Amino acid sequence: MAAINWQVATVDAIRDETAQVKSFRFDVPAWPGHRPGQHLDLRLTAEDGYQAQRSYSIASAPTSNGAVEITVERVRDGEVSPFMHDIVEVGDRLELRGPVGGYFVWDGSMPDPLLLVAGGSGIVPLMAMVRHRATIANAPPTTLLYSSRTDDDVIYRAELDRLAADSGGLRVVHTLTRSQPPGWTGYARRVDHQMLADVVGASADTLQVFVCGPTPLVESVAQNLVDLGLPPSRVRTERFGPSGA
Amino acid sequence: MTDRFVTRGFVGRREAGGTDTRGRIPPGQYITRDFPVLSAGPTPHTPLDRWTFTLDGLVSGPVSWSWPEFTALPSRDFVVDISCVTKWTKLDSRWHGVAVDTLLESVDLDPSAAFAVAYSDGGYTTNLPIPDLLNGQAFVAWEYDGAPLAPEHGGPARLVVPHLYFWKSAKWVRGIRLVERDEPGFWESLGYHNRGDYWKEQRYSGD
Repeated sequence: MAAINWQVATVDAIRDETAQVKSFRFDVPAWPGHRPGQHLDLRLTAEDGYQAQRSYSIASAPTSNGAVEITVERVRDGEVSPFMHDIVEVGDRLELRGPVGGYFVWDGSMPDPLLLVAGGSGIVPLMAMVRHRATIANAPPTTLLYSSRTDDDVIYRAELDRLAADSGGLRVVHTLTRSQPPGWTGYARRVDHQMLADVVGASADTLQVFVCGPTPLVESVAQNLVDLGLPPSRVRTERFGPSGA
Repeated sequence: MTDRFVTRGFVGRREAGGTDTRGRIPPGQYITRDFPVLSAGPTPHTPLDRWTFTLDGLVSGPVSWSWPEFTALPSRDFVVDISCVTKWTKLDSRWHGVAVDTLLESVDLDPSAAFAVAYSDGGYTTNLPIPDLLNGQAFVAWEYDGAPLAPEHGGPARLVVPHLYFWKSAKWVRGIRLVERDEPGFWESLGYHNRGDYWKEQRYSGD
């Protein structure tokens, strides 16, 4: 297989998603294309040659024009995410390589109804899937169950609202675990067995599931889905620990 | 090639700790004190009374151990540095288990055996040249940091091959098959490097 080479990308847009989360769009001249769910590696190099690398999930749907977007949550005491948030400006050049990963991927070739379960910034690779499914014909019905701490922590809020209203077969179910705005009628607790049972309904064993978030959420959601009758092979997981800096 | 590239404004957070960590952080890695969890699907939970560990393939006859038999094998502590392809490195992780050398003493290896496939509950596999498992370089662990190995970290037992990226250290391992030809495992079939030597930064196919 051909090597995945480092290349220089240019930051061509930066967007605030929440107080702690920003998206960065890169222009990557030799981007070979990607599938939703894959990630890329970023490499930062200091004047003296010191380097740091991190992996970030790709947030954007596949395009052919070399535009690739990642979404970065600021990690307190982190090394790379504070640099991305505080220093990087439009026009800056950064080294990256990708795409990487071939299992936590949904590219439209799986015909079964989708259940996507996200915790916090675990939404990012799932958003690439949601964005991709909005561009293809005959996309399967999809439910996104998205757990955030507060209303202000919901990433991609407006875009998700718009896509869910488009009657394109996307249902978005939010749960807010820490605090809820006045009048909130949605879920207000961590994702649990009952919530998954409600969301899944009777169709559990035909779903294709992708779960991404912090380890406790992923462990519990995956176990609950297996308890609800999903074959483990239909549950694909991706996790980030507290050290994803 | 890109050696001269400098990222505007990047200084970096050099690893504190001085001389004891120098030379122990592979290229592109950073030190973590946590123990992050990464796996591709739900965590299997095999009851210990149904757990076995098997050596099969090109051996004189397959050997299987029950949990009590396996944990009664000569075992010891291993203190090793581990590195995950997702960029974290953990120094001085402490495990308890049995060396793969000890397991292999129970079988006669066919001379044609050159590679190993570790296989796990949940269907995970990873491939290794047999020499990567020998001379105390690899072990099957059932304790981490003095306690039973947690399921999310691969318990009840996990293969640990600390000199290669950590996906080679198969969680929930149930056996090792000895084979003549190299057979790419799970991640090795999905774009990751076939051998995974982190000092050579063999992360992905083609590295």
